Amino acid sequence: MPFTFTFGPVWAHFDTILGGVGETLYLSAIGILLGLALGVALAMSRGLVPGFVQGAIDAYIEIIRNTPFLIQLFLIFFGLPLIGLRLDAQQAAVLTIMVNLGAYASEIIRAGIDNIHPSQLEAGASLAMSKLQVFRYVVLMPALAKVWPSLTSQFVLTMLGTSICSFISVQELSGSASVVESDTFRSFETYIVVTVIYLLLSLLLRLVLFGCGEVLFPRGSGLRRLMEGQR
Amino acid sequence: MNQTFGTDQILFIVGALRWTILLTVFSLLLGGAAGFVVALMRVSPIRAARWAAIGYIGVIQGVPALMLLFLSFYGLPLLGFDLPPLVAASVSLALYVSGYLADIWRGAIQSVAWQQWEASGSLAMTRFQQLRYVILPQAMRIATPPTVGFAVQAVKNTSIVSIVNVVEVARAGQLVNNATYEPFRVYGLVALLYFAICWPMTRLAARLERKLDVRRQR
Repeated sequence: MPFTFTFGPVWAHFDTILGGVGETLYLSAIGILLGLALGVALAMSRGLVPGFVQGAIDAYIEIIRNTPFLIQLFLIFFGLPLIGLRLDAQQAAVLTIMVNLGAYASEIIRAGIDNIHPSQLEAGASLAMSKLQVFRYVVLMPALAKVWPSLTSQFVLTMLGTSICSFISVQELSGSASVVESDTFRSFETYIVVTVIYLLLSLLLRLVLFGCGEVLFPRGSGLRRLMEGQR
Repeated sequence: MNQTFGTDQILFIVGALRWTILLTVFSLLLGGAAGFVVALMRVSPIRAARWAAIGYIGVIQGVPALMLLFLSFYGLPLLGFDLPPLVAASVSLALYVSGYLADIWRGAIQSVAWQQWEASGSLAMTRFQQLRYVILPQAMRIATPPTVGFAVQAVKNTSIVSIVNVVEVARAGQLVNNATYEPFRVYGLVALLYFAICWPMTRLAARLERKLDVRRQR
């Protein structure tokens, strides 16, 4: 019996899918903002914190980067309540995304900071910039501008990774897909629709992040990089 | 009925490592072969092949691996294959791997100096000979560290196939946790096992990067 595609029942549940899209966008937006903040903080603290704290930070980064997101999610969702920290599924998801992305982002940003020549700091100081100004205009922003394309890729991976939060029953896009699928029995069609939506979301996110890069780092703008890339 | 987290449970989880390793190796081999073809298409002089490769890489990198898994899981049976979940899992992981490796290897091939193409072309080498004897040997050197680095992602990514009930380490951990409700110890052990596989590979990738002296192109 040849298979015929029947998308009708899936469209009938489109409101469920849209709800999932909203949740995916929410998780991604909050997770990316918190993860980026954590990553910046960790990358910047290097050299400012005592050795044992730095050791702990390095261990955290290595552990996160060498274990699956899914297991981190399980540890936080099932483990933290045992030490008295009760989180609902959505909070656990946001926390895991932040903890996960923070480790990756800090490594990326650190690479950007390593790229800044010490003479730049002296140049900043000789222009009578305050420590905070040097930090902001000479270290942080140029470093972020330099690694923005890498960060963009990492943020897209994070957005795609939110699909794993459905394992702990968060009703984001892939979670809503399993609801629609069990209501309609049109599994393949449901996942085709949802996959296309993910593809659109990742294109949209790339576009938004590209725009953010243009606004935040006008001097190291993506358009300029693009032209240089063409050579 | 609660079990306690003892030797049997530990052995069960450790034993499930063989499926994690098998899935990783299989997806890297199959996905590597497919990714190699896509990488060659991506740098092909034929426009249609290039665009097909660009589209393929864009789609695979633009959707979650979890969706590839579900599409394989529900899609393959419709094509008339009556397959165990393990096969759908392997296919989806191989698809995922191919999309990323193709891009990594595309970058490696393109970072070989273009004069190498001209020089070998002027020696009347065919395109196959150029690739085989001039371009790919140099590209391989560039490609090795990021490929090992990506293999770490491939290992970690096998954890998602637990959702179609392939009892690899993550699924084994879930089963044991459901019976014992000791999430810290159970998932701590699972995390430790992944770490034991991934960390040496991460270190190897970093060492290779230094040794081969190629900057990561990210």
